[in-house]
Amino acid sequence: MKRVLFLLPLVLAVVIGGFALWGLSGGRDPAQIPSALISKPVPDVTLPPIEGIATPGLSKADLQGQGLTLVNVFASWCGPCRAEHPILTRMTAEQDLRIVAINYKDKPEAAVAWLEELGNPYELIGSDYSGRGGIEWGVTGVPETFIVSNDGIVLYRFPGPVVGDGQRRFQDALDAARAAE
Amino acid sequence: MKRILLSLILLASPVFAVEPDEVLDDPVLEERARVISAEVRCVVCQNEPIDSSNAGVARDLRIIIRERLVAGDTNEEVFEYLVLRYGDFVLFNPPWKPSTYALWLGPFVILIFGFGAVVLTLTRKKAVPAATLSAAEQEELEKLRSDRS
Repeated sequence: MKRVLFLLPLVLAVVIGGFALWGLSGGRDPAQIPSALISKPVPDVTLPPIEGIATPGLSKADLQGQGLTLVNVFASWCGPCRAEHPILTRMTAEQDLRIVAINYKDKPEAAVAWLEELGNPYELIGSDYSGRGGIEWGVTGVPETFIVSNDGIVLYRFPGPVVGDGQRRFQDALDAARAAE
Repeated sequence: MKRILLSLILLASPVFAVEPDEVLDDPVLEERARVISAEVRCVVCQNEPIDSSNAGVARDLRIIIRERLVAGDTNEEVFEYLVLRYGDFVLFNPPWKPSTYALWLGPFVILIFGFGAVVLTLTRKKAVPAATLSAAEQEELEKLRSDRS
């Protein structure tokens, strides 16, 4: 009995250490906020089109019954958005995916110039100049990309640019979403 | 000199991120807004309440909190509004529900465990020597005693 008690501190240390290791491994990032929207219908926001562009705006109805859709939150002032843009463009073209966008806190002229320079893969773009639409979506910063099901349910939220390791994780989530559809 | 010092101390009041254009005219509502925003975690700079954060989203949330209060929401309804969008994560004070039982009860479990260990250690009887003296030892003891007296 005594011997077992002597081992107790060691056991405790192993348990606490194991927990710490678990927290540090497996790509867990404490800065990533779990999204409150997962498995819930997309928020009911209607965003007008960007002025000076033919792409129409974005509303909740546009995300229902239109197949699996990516919703990309971007801004022309955001560097990482520029980095992920060609990747998202190629990804959606190659995999025949529908992609729409929320233009977050951006001046219309700047957004139009940005899209002219980098190309516009988006079927719809909602202009969210005030940032209120972003808050309804639980956006913490740009870029962010959501996967929305055919029924308009948010399946996945990816904060940060879809590049490198992030692109792999995003693709995995996308494959899982497609398998479930 | 004292006056200068006093005025300097008064000037050195804590700085808040709340900008003048956000402040409500109604002091009661403004006070409630301040209390709420001190309890809400900024989603960008995560260890700061939105009350003292300079992040854009924090400012938007402060304004939204004030709008909801003006619209007649209770404090609970405002928190609910935020939790619906950003989850329990935005609350510095986590709610009491099955997924947080371990968080709330864990410290008490450890405390009780430690207290139990202390009580156990303090009340445990000292081990008494089991055997009595043998006949030869007893004899020797008697001899020593009689020698001394």
